[in-house]
Amino acid sequence: MRTVTVVGASLAGLYAARALRAEGFDGRLVIVGAEHHRPYDRPPLSKTFLTRRPPGALSLADLRLSDREEEDELAAEWHLGTRATALDTAGRSVTLDDGRTTRTLRTDGIVIATGAAPRTLPGPPLAGVHVLRTYDDARALRAALHDGTPRVVVIGGGFIGAEVASSCAALGLPVTVVEAAPLPLVPQLGPDLARICANLHADHGVRLLCGTGVKGLRDDGTGRVRAVELADGRLLDADLVIVGIGVRPATGWLTGSGLRLDDGVVCDAGGVTSVPQVVAAGDVARCAGARTEHWTSATEQPGTAVRNLLAGTTVARHTALPYFWSDQYGTRVQLAGRHGPQDTVRIVEGDPGDRSFLAVYESDGRITAALAVDRPRPFMRLRRRLVADAAAPCGPPVAPAAAPGADS
Amino acid sequence: MIPVCRTEDLPEGGAVRIEIDATTPAIAVFRSEGALYALDDRCSHQDASLSEGWVEDCQVECPLHAALFDLRTGRPSCLPARRPVRTHEVTEADGMIHVRPAAREPAVREDAYA
Repeated sequence: MRTVTVVGASLAGLYAARALRAEGFDGRLVIVGAEHHRPYDRPPLSKTFLTRRPPGALSLADLRLSDREEEDELAAEWHLGTRATALDTAGRSVTLDDGRTTRTLRTDGIVIATGAAPRTLPGPPLAGVHVLRTYDDARALRAALHDGTPRVVVIGGGFIGAEVASSCAALGLPVTVVEAAPLPLVPQLGPDLARICANLHADHGVRLLCGTGVKGLRDDGTGRVRAVELADGRLLDADLVIVGIGVRPATGWLTGSGLRLDDGVVCDAGGVTSVPQVVAAGDVARCAGARTEHWTSATEQPGTAVRNLLAGTTVARHTALPYFWSDQYGTRVQLAGRHGPQDTVRIVEGDPGDRSFLAVYESDGRITAALAVDRPRPFMRLRRRLVADAAAPCGPPVAPAAAPGADS
Repeated sequence: MIPVCRTEDLPEGGAVRIEIDATTPAIAVFRSEGALYALDDRCSHQDASLSEGWVEDCQVECPLHAALFDLRTGRPSCLPARRPVRTHEVTEADGMIHVRPAAREPAVREDAYA
């Protein structure tokens, strides 16, 4: 391969570029990013970026994922503020649009790392309504949060919603979280632990309204939001609305490319699409039927995908144990592993009442996953054990004494 | 020198976190392969306490993102961390462990994630 183009200049794109060079690819490396910014870290955007005083204390430079020295070493051609608008897999080319001109770039290999975009509510855009994904989103939201004492309604009680609500509470703002499901985060945490995490809102004076959807937003006649109307008829006064109702993988530009798209770019277990010269990684990739939106997946998948791209076939598969964390209300929630809806939950350390505990999910007498609230050290021990045993034919046995490697 | 803990309170593979005052970043003291090491406690990548990390082979793995730091030098040996953490002098005598915080000019620039 003489030219490889990485489409997407965030976490997965940067890790793909690093992996290409680390694997010895010494050809032309092109990185295309829709945003104008060099790769930056997104997790702080819902947390300290919003709350640190004075507002603006945290800058884009503080969030940078790479430095000038590394970028020089990558020897890449950066096309920032540039969207890929089409992929021609037969002609081996990608169409780029920087807002002024459109051009076609010949490329031998493609890494798709375009991530995902927040879902929005139907209806015309209103002032005072925000989503949170990018640095620009976060900067706009931060300015709004620090402008007086806005009444905030967060739509969606998932991780983004919970973290933003927590940041608003830390700023002393009145916050209501609206969740359509009977309880937030049940698919991610299971009902028992989802209930415990939901209690964090009330602990910190944040109102959580569950089991009711949003019918629509009311405007004040000048194009600014003034209230959120719930499906059950209630009206919540709001100066500021944050919509955190999930994301859609950014695959619009791949329509007509011939690649299979189904809630993401359909890939095998090694991130390879139906075209061996095209791989995908991060939020946009549906690998072996599963799409993950975790920071760690975006750092782990590119290495495998790039190895397969350079090999021309799938020689490696993603094997990493899923892991994510969330910081809310001064507590750190961490989850590792894969649990099913039938798994049982057992508290192995601490007490949920104290908001500090370690829990395991179990199925057929085996630990499938672990969740910790403010228990980083024992969590790490258990996570390492799950990783070590992931290669074994079955998961780790429940009895810790019998676990290989438990104390290594 | 600032007292950290008694010798028996820091076993092999263990770590102790100490806070000194409001202006000095917290320090983590580790025992690995029989020797003692002291580093800034906060990971140079994001807000996480290295004292809660995994200690092995003179390295500590950050509990949040698995960045590895060399306990001897404070340098990261793998991503996502790219900047070193400061090291501090640590001593053990008469059953007590002490640490001397390094001078203030940081090897690490002002961290972004406090």
